[in-house]
Order: sequence, then structure tokens, then C-alpha cells
Amino acid sequence: MVEARYRKQRFFLVLCRSVTFAAVLVLSILIIHILLEGVSYLRWDFFTNFPSRFPHKAGLKSALYGSAWVISMTALFSVPLGVASALYLEEYAPKKRYINWVQINILNLAGTPSIVYGLLGLAIFVRFFGLDRSLWSGSLTLTLLILPVIIISSQEAIRAVPDSIRHAAYSVGARKFQVAFGQVLPAALPGIMTGLILAISRAVGETAPLIMIGALSYVAFVPEGPWDSFTSLPIQIYNWAGRPQAAFHGIAGAGIIVLLVFLFVMNFGAVMVRQRFQRYRN
Amino acid sequence: MYLNKFKLIDHGIHGFLFLCVSVTFVTTGTVVWILGQESFVFFQSINLFDFLLGTRWEPLLDPKSFGVLPLVCGTLMIVVGAIIVAVPAGILIAAYLNEFCSPKLSSIIKPVIEILAGIPTIVYGYFALTFITPAFKMLFPDMGVFNALSAGIVVGIMILPMISSLCDDAFRAVPSDIREGAYALGATPYEVITQVIMPAAKSRIAASIVLAVSRAIGETMAVTLAAGATPRMTFNPLESIQTITAYIVQVSLGDTPRGGIEYQTCFAVGALLFFMTLIMNMIGNHFLHSKTVGK
Amino acid sequence: MKEIEEEIALKVRNLSIFYGETCAIDDVSLDFKKNKVTAIIGPSGCGKSTMLRSFNRMNDFYPTVVTKGNVSLENAELYGEEIDPIDVRRNIGMVFQRPNPFPKTIYQNIVWGPKINGFLKDPEELVETSLKRSALWEEVKDRLHESALDLSGGQQQRLCIARAIAMNPEIILMDEPCSALDPRATARIESLIGELRSRYTILVVTHNMQQASRISDDTVFLFEGKLIEHGPTKTIFTKPKMQKTEDYITGRFG
Repeated sequence: MVEARYRKQRFFLVLCRSVTFAAVLVLSILIIHILLEGVSYLRWDFFTNFPSRFPHKAGLKSALYGSAWVISMTALFSVPLGVASALYLEEYAPKKRYINWVQINILNLAGTPSIVYGLLGLAIFVRFFGLDRSLWSGSLTLTLLILPVIIISSQEAIRAVPDSIRHAAYSVGARKFQVAFGQVLPAALPGIMTGLILAISRAVGETAPLIMIGALSYVAFVPEGPWDSFTSLPIQIYNWAGRPQAAFHGIAGAGIIVLLVFLFVMNFGAVMVRQRFQRYRN
Repeated sequence: MYLNKFKLIDHGIHGFLFLCVSVTFVTTGTVVWILGQESFVFFQSINLFDFLLGTRWEPLLDPKSFGVLPLVCGTLMIVVGAIIVAVPAGILIAAYLNEFCSPKLSSIIKPVIEILAGIPTIVYGYFALTFITPAFKMLFPDMGVFNALSAGIVVGIMILPMISSLCDDAFRAVPSDIREGAYALGATPYEVITQVIMPAAKSRIAASIVLAVSRAIGETMAVTLAAGATPRMTFNPLESIQTITAYIVQVSLGDTPRGGIEYQTCFAVGALLFFMTLIMNMIGNHFLHSKTVGK
Repeated sequence: MKEIEEEIALKVRNLSIFYGETCAIDDVSLDFKKNKVTAIIGPSGCGKSTMLRSFNRMNDFYPTVVTKGNVSLENAELYGEEIDPIDVRRNIGMVFQRPNPFPKTIYQNIVWGPKINGFLKDPEELVETSLKRSALWEEVKDRLHESALDLSGGQQQRLCIARAIAMNPEIILMDEPCSALDPRATARIESLIGELRSRYTILVVTHNMQQASRISDDTVFLFEGKLIEHGPTKTIFTKPKMQKTEDYITGRFG
């Protein structure tokens, strides 16, 4: 009888181990496959060429510039809005019922599919405000998309600041905004920054909302101002991956390598930020 | 008097911060308004029941038909495939990380799983198209280039980290004295997990599944690339299908006249999508944030 | 011998504090003498910390708290209509049970309060004076711009005292300032409290009766929210007037 139990236990352990190992294996296969597909297309002019009908001449220049523009603008709008909202919710909001609904709403927004944000961007920014398919539409749409994510992670970081610091600040005669901006925010900053980096890397990889607002897929110019139309790295990848020719699959793979390297660097930076400021946690 | 100035600043800042938060509920209001308005116009010409129950979706070419079930069916197949992949694996991985794994090993495995979560969906679509489908084609020569199976698997990989990390938190939240009590009675780890921890964490586990389903429903780029653009009522995973999200992308890539019926279809199915994910999110979040009972 | 009229720093009249329905402080009236150390003692839960917090209006942050009666500092009613709680806290400082320096440098800890209140004139001098008065200067003068969190527990608490002193308050409230510290650090702070009385009025809540008898001039004994006895420490500890006081002092109940 006891034998059967230990056999079950053994089997379960092996199962768990295998599944976990399988997950790691899948990740490795994914990365290796992409490297194999795309690495041969990574030449210098891959970065300096515009897209072309000929896969061997095609490049990422417009996509890289477009992504840089749209992400910078997105960060510019979403970071202050998100951190300010989180500060409000944690430091200023009265503990009343209706605030709970605000929180629930933010959670729902965080789980709303990105394509719905695309529809929103299309109807409001492109059509209603007439911003057409410009960087304005793209960045504002992405801002709305990652705003709930920023708010949630910033709230967590702010909540982690111990109350004893707030009490100490009030005890020397500080007003609420001095406590919030002078003590709480600086103390929460490492956690907030980690969350920001992760949210922005999410925006970097987003494709659907930008397609919806009309970011073009065949762009042979770089944007020069926020009113210009643009393309982005994920959209360019999508465009190439959707073509039947194998060579286009290859440069799509190369584009993915670029994207993943960039994301890896960003996330590594987030981990570094978290580590470096860990020692200030009491 | 600087004293009064500071008091004014405090109130001003309070107001400004509130304005920032208000963006969130304005966003929701606008989403509901937009989806509602366009759907309203749509349902002036199309019968609601034809939409919800019709089995042929052909809004762009004549003869047009606006039955949404093929899209729902396509979405469902992806979701089912994803759940089959992600739920058992996610729970087992969470169990492994919690009960069997050394802290050192888990500090390596957890980030690896998180990396899976951070990879953009377009990369997964590419992977499905260029690796998984060709691999399966060796097993199933009749399989289409676009099919629900590869897409489902890849969406499953995408939502796996979500389930494993939420379940991991759920397992951790079970009070340690309950766990220790079970071990003290001579239970094996397998028994502790299946008979003590999982029942205690069952509402959170269910919540994680619901939230993962919501994520799978809303998944766009992977299915657009890998599952196809052929709306059809089928339960055969080897065939090409189209999900709600892929349809919306398809329309916006084409030339749709403003205000035309095709434009409105996007919002009508978008409204359906939003409604489905909203319900799932509310249910999932509710159970995730409610207190777990430790008995 | 003529009795010198001792100045009163803080006047408390009919103070009652409620947490919702529960009464934490019941109709307490007393005077705290200026430039003296007054210990507030009593068993756990008798309301000492609650009363202390009411003096610098820190109870304002607990929404269920209702405060009745009045507390006056030099004829200004601290709970008066036109009084800004910020003003109160500028004049009445606080040191908490667990040291809570800001996660900034030692220097920044001291200057932050005066800076945000707009009266920071000579930061270097202020830092030196405050640290000297809290017996910390010699130990940290070479590392003013290092993190305050690197200091030991006792040093951090002295830093918190220096931070309170930097605001130049009339009164310093101390809520069990040594309970989180080891005996050596405790001894240092106790002797520091003795030195501080020449400049400040000090109110110390403590659950340690020996400490109260060591450091204070006057003692206040609270029990279940009521004021039982108030008088010179020597008297309270040798010839208490009330039976309850004697019971508590002699350890008949905790």
C-alpha cells in the first residue's frame, strides 16, 4: 500500500520535472530556431536599408526610426500619467467605495485585448481627432494600452514604502504633497522604474494597435515629426513573415532577433535597477 | 504668507493627480461608447440573432452573411488548444517550483518562464508558422499552412507563464502550518499538493485559468499569422480558421471605406470580444483578490 | 522657601479620544511642565501612545478617531478651528518606537524638515548643531553624505532625535524610544534625554518603569484611558497617593 503511494509520488515528481524542463526546452528551441532562420540576414545594410520588394535588399531603417519615435512619445505621455495616477490612488484617494471601482476598472483595462485599444485609437485619435495615421495616433493609443500596467506596478512599488517613513515625514511638519513627492516617490522609485521598463518593453512589441491606427507596412522614409506617418519594427516583421517567400521569412527572423535583443537589454536593465537599489530596502 | 501658498499647492496637486486618474475611467467610458455606437448602427441593418447565431461569416464579398459563429468557433478552438497546453503544465510547474525545487534552481527557472511571457506575440506567430506547422506537417501531411493547432499550441506557451506564476503565488499563500501539518502526518509531497494545497488554493487557481482564457481570447498577432483568414465552422484543428481578432486585423489592413458596413463589423465583433473578456476579467480578478480560505 | 512658579508647556483639559465607539482616553486633564522630562506610564493598551499622538495631531491620520476636549500650547488651542495641523507638528516633534530615518543621507535627514518648511538658513550649521545636541556628531561627522540606513539602531534613533531637534520644537514627544534598542544604546539615549531637557520639554511614553524612574522629573500614570496619578517622579515611585498606582509600580499587574 505504501509502495503505491511512493510510486505515485515518484511519478508526479518526474512529471513535474519533465514539464518544467520541457518549458525551458521550448524556449531554447524557439530562440535557436529564430537564430538559425534570421542570423544570416544580419548585415550592416540590413539596418540602413529601407524595405524592398527584394528580400536581399530589404532593411529595417524605417521600422527602427518609427519604433524609436513612437516609443519615445508613448513613454513621454504614459510615464507621468501612470505614476501620477498611482500616486493619487495610494496617497491621496479617500478610502471609499467608489475608489474600489476605479481600481477594478484599471484591472479590467489591463486585461483588455490590445486590439480593442486599436479600435479605440482608430475611432478616437484617427477619426474623431483627425490625427490620421500619424505618430500622434500611434503613441496615444499605445499610451492608453500600457497606462493600466504602469499604474498597477507603480502602485505596488508605492505601497511597499513603509508607513513609518510617511509618519516620520508628517512629524516634521510636511504637507501631503511634500510627503508624497519628497519621501514616498523617491523611496518607491526603483520599483517604479522596473515596472516602467517592463511596460515600455511591452509597448515595443505591440503590433495590433498600430496596425489598426494605420501604421503602414511599406514605408520608405523615416518620420521627421510627430505628424508623420510611420511603421514599426513589429509591423515590419509581420509584413515580412506574412509573405510566402522563404527569404522573407528569413529577414523576418532577422528582424525578430533585433527586437528580442533590444527587449533583452531593456529587461536586463530592469533587473539591474532592481538589484542596485535593493540595498536601500530596510 | 507661504503657509497659505503651500496649502493651495497641496489642493492643486490633489486635483491634478485626480485628473490623471480620470484618464482611466474616461478611457473605459470611451471604449464602451465607441463600441456601442458603431454596433448600434450595425444592428440597424443586421439582425442581432442572425449575427449571434448565424454560421456563415462573409461580410466583404457577395453574397454577404453576418453570422459570427465561425469567428467565435475559431477563437474557441485556439482557446481550447491553449488551455490544454497551458493549464496542466502551468500547475505542474508551479507545484515543482513550490514543493520540489531548490531555491537556487527556482531562481533560475522562474526568470526563464518569465522570459516566455515577455516575448512579443508576433514572435510566437512566426514560430508557429515557420517551425511548429512544418513540424506537424510531417505527422499530418494534410495539415494546412494555416491551422488552429499550431496557433493554439503557441498561444498556450504564451499564457503558460501567467498560469504558473499566479498558481505559484496561490500555492505560496496557503499558510505554512497547514502544509507542515500535512507533512507531519507522513504525507508525500504529491499528496500534500493534490489533497491539501490545491484545494486550499482552488479559487485562485480557477481565477488564474479564467484570466488566462481571457488573454487567449484577446490574442491577436500569433493567430493572425498562424491560424489563417478563413472563417469556418469546424472543430478540425488541422484546418485554417479565423478568430475574431484576426478578422479585425484583416479588415484594417485592407481598404475599408469609412462608415461602411465592413468598418462597422469590426466594432460589432470588437464589442463581442470586449464583452467576453470583460466578463472573464471581472470573474477572474474577483476570485484572485478575494481571501483564500486556508481549510 | 518660596515656590518658583513653574512654566506650563502643554495644557490638557478634558481630553477624550475615541476609536469609533471605543473610548481610549477618558476625560484627562493635566499640565506638562516646561523644560522637564515627563514620563507617561501605564499597562499595555491604557492609551498612552494614543494620547501622545494627539499632542502632535498624528491621530488625524486615523479616520475613525474622534478627539474631544482641548490641548493648548502657549495659549494656542491645538485643535482649534483655524489651526493648521502642520503648524502643530512644526512646534511639537516626535520620535517613534522603531527608528525611522528617511532612506536618504544623514545630512538630508536633518535638513529636509526645515527645508520644506521654508526656514532652512545655514544647512551645515544646522546639521552640526542638531547632531551635536543628539550626541551623534562625533560618530558621523565624516560620513554625513552616506546613507542613514547604514547606521546602527541606536545611531538611527539618535539621528531621529537630531531630525526632530532640527525643527527647533517647543516639545519633543517620544513614544517608547528605546524599546527596539539594545541596553547600551538605550543607556546612551537615556542620558541624552537628560541633557535635552535644558532646551526642550520632553514627554516620554514608556512601559519600562525603571526607565521612567531614571530619566523623568514628573510621571503620569494612566490606566484604561483614565488619569490615575500625576506628580513628581520621586513621589510616584516612593509614596504614590493612589492604590492603583502602587499596585502597578510594585508589579501586581502588568
